[in-house]
Amino acid sequence: MNRSRETKALISIGIIGLVILFGAPHSLDLFSVISLTTAVSLAILALSLGLIWGFGGILCFGQTAFFGIGAYAYAIAALNFGGSTGAILAALIVAAASAALLGYFMFYGRLSDVYLAVITLTVTLILYSVIRRTSGPEYKIGIAKLGGFNGINVPPINYPWDATQFLYPEHVFYVAMVALLLAYFLCVWVTKSHFGRVSVSIRENELRSELLGYDVRLYKLCMFTIGGAIAGLAGIMFANSIGRITPDVFNLYNAALAIIWVIIGGRGTLIGPVLGALVLFYMTSFLGQQSVVNINLFLGLVLIVFVLVVPKGIVPSLIQLWDQRRSRRMTARSAKKMRRRGRSRVKEAPVEE
Amino acid sequence: MDLFAALVLQIIYGIANLVLISIGLAVIFGMMRVINLAHGEFLMLGGYSVIVATNNGVNIWVAMFILAPLIVGLIGLIVEWCLIRFLYGRMVDTLLATWGLSLFFIGLITTIFGAQTATTISAPFGAITIGEYSSSGYELFLICIAVLMIILVYLLLRYTKLGLVARGTMQGADMAASLGVSTQRVYSTTFGIGAALTGLAGGLLAPITGILPTSGAIYIGKAFITVISGGTAILAGTASASVLLGAINGIVAFVIGPTMGEVALLLLAIVLLRLMPQGITGRFFKRSL
Repeated sequence: MNRSRETKALISIGIIGLVILFGAPHSLDLFSVISLTTAVSLAILALSLGLIWGFGGILCFGQTAFFGIGAYAYAIAALNFGGSTGAILAALIVAAASAALLGYFMFYGRLSDVYLAVITLTVTLILYSVIRRTSGPEYKIGIAKLGGFNGINVPPINYPWDATQFLYPEHVFYVAMVALLLAYFLCVWVTKSHFGRVSVSIRENELRSELLGYDVRLYKLCMFTIGGAIAGLAGIMFANSIGRITPDVFNLYNAALAIIWVIIGGRGTLIGPVLGALVLFYMTSFLGQQSVVNINLFLGLVLIVFVLVVPKGIVPSLIQLWDQRRSRRMTARSAKKMRRRGRSRVKEAPVEE
Repeated sequence: MDLFAALVLQIIYGIANLVLISIGLAVIFGMMRVINLAHGEFLMLGGYSVIVATNNGVNIWVAMFILAPLIVGLIGLIVEWCLIRFLYGRMVDTLLATWGLSLFFIGLITTIFGAQTATTISAPFGAITIGEYSSSGYELFLICIAVLMIILVYLLLRYTKLGLVARGTMQGADMAASLGVSTQRVYSTTFGIGAALTGLAGGLLAPITGILPTSGAIYIGKAFITVISGGTAILAGTASASVLLGAINGIVAFVIGPTMGEVALLLLAIVLLRLMPQGITGRFFKRSL
C-alpha cells in the first residue's frame, strides 16, 4: 500500500520533471529560463543537504562550502584545461574529496550534532574570508586568478570534448534540469539501498546501529562525501547559470538559506527540500525587488516560526495531514459498515504512519 | 628586541580579543550546552548601543560599560523568555531558532539604521610607542579588560550564592532541581549574563572595528571555534583555547600573513577536536571552572 503510493509519487515527480525539462525553454522567455536554471542549481544543493541531514542525520550548516568549492574548482579547472569536460569531473572530485577530508576529522573524532554544525559553519565562514582576500595577482592557480571579492568569470559549459562549441543559456538549462533529475533519482536510489537503510538506522539510534556491528563513522563519512559531491554538482550548475563565481557563495546568508530550504520543505523527504529551494528562490527574488520588508528579517521570522510551529516541514506535515484525513474517512466508512451489520462496538481502523 | 616586544604585545592582544568575543558564548554554552548562533548579532547590538548612545551625547565610558551590557542583557532575557525556554533539551532546534534570530536581528537593524551606517567613533586612547614601534593604547586597555572579565566571572561563579547554584545546576540539573533550585531561573539568568558580557565586548570592540548590521559574521567563526575547542569548563576552556588559538594565529599571521593566520587557527582547532572531541577541558583541567 505504502510502497505503491511511493512508486506513484516517484513516477509523477519524474513526469513533472520531464515536462518542465522540455516545456520550460519553449514557453518562457530567455531571462526566466536563466533564472530558472539558477533555481534548479540551488535545488540540487537543497537536495544534497536533504539527503545528508534528512536521511543521514548529519547536521551540516556549511553545505554551501562544498557548493562553492565545486563552483570554484570548475571555474579554475575550465580556465586551465580550456574546456569544461574534464573540469566538471575535476570539480566533482575536488568537492567530494574536501567533504571526505573534513568528514574524516569530524566523524572519526566522533563529534556530535552541535559540534558538527558549528565546525562546518566555521569552515564555510573562514573560506569566505580567505577567498575574499585573494584579490592580488599573486593568488592564482595555473592561469586562473582567484580575483578576491570580484570572483572569477566562469567559462561557459561546452559540448563534450569540443571546447569550441559553447552551450547557449537554454541548453545550460537542459543540462541543469537533467542534473537535478539524475541527482534526485540517485538520492532516491541511495535511500532505498542497503547503505541508505543503515544510514537511516544510524540517524535514529547511533549506539544501537553500532552495537549491531555497523561502522557508524564509515557510513556517515560515505553519506557526507556523496552529499559533498552532489553539492559540488550544484555549484558547477550555479556557476554556469550566473557566469561568475564570487566568495559570496560562502557567506552566512547563503549557508542559512540552504538550511531554511530544508527546514521548510521537510527533513526526511527528498522532494521537500527541492520544492523549498524553488519556492524560496522566487520568494526571495521577489522580496529583493521591493523595499518594504527586509529580506533577512523575513527569513529569520520564517525560520523561527518553522522551528517552533512546524518543525517537520511542509511536505511531511501535509503527508501526515492527508493520512489522518484518510484514516478518519476510513474509520467513518467502516463505522457505517459496522452499524449496518448491527454491531455496537466500533474498531479503530489502523492508522498509517 | 623592540620588534619582539611589539610582536608579543600583538599576540597577547589577539588572545585577549578571542577571550572578549567568546566569553559570553562560553558562559551560555558551559551552563546550558546551547550554542547561541545569534552571538555575533549580540556583539553587533552591543556595538550599535555604544555608537548610537555616543552620537547622542552620552559619555563614551557610560555607553560602553553600562548601556551596552544593560541593553544587550535585557535583549538576552527577552530572547530567553520568548524563544529559548520552549526549546530546552532540543539542542538542534535551539541552534536553528537562534540562527533565525540572528537573521532577524540583522534584518531589524538594517531596517532601522540602513545597511551602510558609516558612523564610527574614535578610540579614546592614542598610540603608545615601544622603541621604534608604535602600538594602540586602546588595545592595551582591551587586554586589561579581558583579564578583568575573566576575574569577574571567576569571582561570580566561585564566591556568590548565584555562582554556587549555577555550578550545581551545571553539574547536575536534576539534582539541583530536586534540592529546590529553580533551574529555569538559573538558565534565564545565565542567558542574560552571557548576553550582557557579549554586549560589553561588542561595545568595547566597536571603536576598533566599526560596525555594520552584518558585522556579527566577522566574529562568530572565531568565537564558536574557541568555545568548542575549549570545552564545557567556562573559564579554563575559554582561556586555554584562546591562548592556544590566539598564539598560533598571531605567529602565523606575522610569518605568512593575516589570512593564513585565520586558516591556521581553524586547522589547529579541527585537528584539536579530532584528538580531543570534548575540547581541551574534556581532557585537561577537568575539575576547573
